[in-house]
Amino acid sequence: MTTAPVQPGVSEDQARALRLYRKMLAIRLFEERVNDLYTRALMPGLAHLYIGEEAVAVGVCEALHRDDYITSTHRGHGHCLAKGAALDRMFAELLGKEAGYCKGKGGSMHIADPDTGNLGANAIVAGSAGIATGAAFSAKRLGNGRVAACFFGEGALGQGVVYEVMNMAAVWKLPVIYVCENNLYNEYTHMSETTAGDPMVRAAGFGVHAESVDGQDARAVYSVTAKLVEHARRGEGPVFLWANTYRFAGHHVGDISREYYRAKQEETLWKTERDPLKIMTAWLTANRVADATWLDRAHSEIQAEIENAVQFALAAPYPAPEKVVEDVYA
Amino acid sequence: MPEVAVAVRELTLGEAVKEALAEEMRRDPRVFIIGEDVAEAGTTFKVLTGLVQEFGPERVLDTPISEPGFTGIGVGAAMTGLRPVVDIMFGDFAGLIMDQMANQAAKVHYMSGGRWKVPMVLRTTLGATRRSAAQHSQSLHAWFCHIPGLKVVLPSTPYDAKGLLKSAIRDDNPVVFYEDKMMYKLKGPVPEEEYTIPLGIAEVKRMGEDLTIVATSSMVQVALGAAKLLEEYDVSAEVVDPRTLWPLDEETLIESARKTSRVMVIDEGYERYGAGAELTTVIQAGAFYDLEAPVKRIGAMHVPIPFSPPLEDATVPTEASVFQAAMALCGRKL
Ligand SMILES: Cc1ncc(C[n+]2csc(CCOP(=O)(O)OP(=O)(O)O)c2C)c(N)n1
Repeated sequence: MTTAPVQPGVSEDQARALRLYRKMLAIRLFEERVNDLYTRALMPGLAHLYIGEEAVAVGVCEALHRDDYITSTHRGHGHCLAKGAALDRMFAELLGKEAGYCKGKGGSMHIADPDTGNLGANAIVAGSAGIATGAAFSAKRLGNGRVAACFFGEGALGQGVVYEVMNMAAVWKLPVIYVCENNLYNEYTHMSETTAGDPMVRAAGFGVHAESVDGQDARAVYSVTAKLVEHARRGEGPVFLWANTYRFAGHHVGDISREYYRAKQEETLWKTERDPLKIMTAWLTANRVADATWLDRAHSEIQAEIENAVQFALAAPYPAPEKVVEDVYA
Repeated sequence: MPEVAVAVRELTLGEAVKEALAEEMRRDPRVFIIGEDVAEAGTTFKVLTGLVQEFGPERVLDTPISEPGFTGIGVGAAMTGLRPVVDIMFGDFAGLIMDQMANQAAKVHYMSGGRWKVPMVLRTTLGATRRSAAQHSQSLHAWFCHIPGLKVVLPSTPYDAKGLLKSAIRDDNPVVFYEDKMMYKLKGPVPEEEYTIPLGIAEVKRMGEDLTIVATSSMVQVALGAAKLLEEYDVSAEVVDPRTLWPLDEETLIESARKTSRVMVIDEGYERYGAGAELTTVIQAGAFYDLEAPVKRIGAMHVPIPFSPPLEDATVPTEASVFQAAMALCGRKL
């Protein structure tokens, strides 16, 4: 992604907002294209779209360094892009091509990239809680100043491993940021039917500093994460971020008729009132940081980058079948 | 399969599973279903749609994403008067629940000197080629077969699925019941009348003279397809489906092996240290003096299942690969 063409005289905060906006837009347009490729049967497997939740990934990753770690989930495209993944290699991986981040072996749910500190997306719910905490353990032991951000959905709160590692992270003061993306649904079941009590209190029970944030407001996500990252980097132990958000589309692309588990009005309300891109656009224009011309240009530039990346991925070759036996062992 | 004079109703494998559950739940109020998105969603594979409407949310329970926890609840409920059917969406999640199954469910009866029992069914899935990558494509049934105290059932047709599931639910032991994800839409005859199929009885799915193909679950259709191809080369293949890996009907397998003298074993689990190894040993020991060649075992390659279609397709047995191996086993050139 090219850097935002910032007008002279913008503040650091404003420049950041422009950057957050472009990154969110890139994720949005990426996911829309994924939906398109998938529905035209050009993409195999499953596609869990991040549309609606973009502000969480970009806000959190804006507060991280390139060599800080993240772990991601089955709904991971946004996290990977926000941490710096390139559009072309992302698409290539989603299409199972050799040029993809994992040589086509991982696919949509398993993007990993050491160059951007991405320890991997994970298709086991809460499967990466241990990995992120282990990365924080190394960072502390090696004294390299890094932190690890562990992204997971509120559904992962059902898994015991989350509490085991949170406890150890607290006992050993490990620099890990547990980012819980509360999009309200564990697949097709509302979180209120599966989650007792207040998740914030669960973290607090381990003495883990917990904050909640409007996950549709990228600037707010960034500000609170910056504070939490500082806390972790200072050696004061793990932190927990509860980000309230919403997935605009189905659990995966094939989840079309959703009315049996969530109302159309609810979806419409979030899409019209709580769209992270609209919220940021409103802020940028109200504060005269960006105008319609800038916004249009950003859109067409990113759209063009996406298009190039898709063409690259479509034209890229599949791995040769004999590659199947490579990479099993180091 | 019983001889039937009139055209029998056809159901998909998914529908047969649902019908077995519904019938057992009507018959026995102790039976209940517990798992993720089993109620309104009817599971992610839409197999249980409608059951919550008939039996209510008390008997078709949506859980949090807490596989070890609700499997353990299943074990405890089974010990204390209920008959749970625990739903584990993907067989790959066996890793999460293994302590509950291997160290708890499987051991309770023996450790208590037979005083407690665990009449529970764990339904889960196997099978690759859905492009679901390494954590959602494995066939890990051999893990459970390795544990004394568990029974392991792998139906390959709608008819078998219904009859075996009903028996599994009535069994007083923990039974792991595997459904092939790719087979949910497979149609086959299922009579309207009540029937059960006892656990531990293999079935010859196709009679043949020159070669026996022992196949499990997803691989039965592959074996039948390969048998058709072999027919064009005048090789007559018998296809035998053990249907349950434990208890195992050794007799039927050995009998077929002695008749044909050449045997292949196909199973979708990892080939090394898998179910195929056990079946091979049983047949080799039982039919040694009648065999013309060592038993040929085929399973999934010893690699994590990759995402990319051309790679994934290379990892699991196919009609073509089974056909080729069978021709070689019979000393036939292509
Ligand atoms: C251990 C495990 N159990 C079940 C699943 C199936 N599954 C995939 S996504 C999902 C829901 C996850 O909900 P949440 O963590 O809130 O993330 P979201 O999909 O809302 O982003 C489930 C149950 C899984 N992948 N891993």
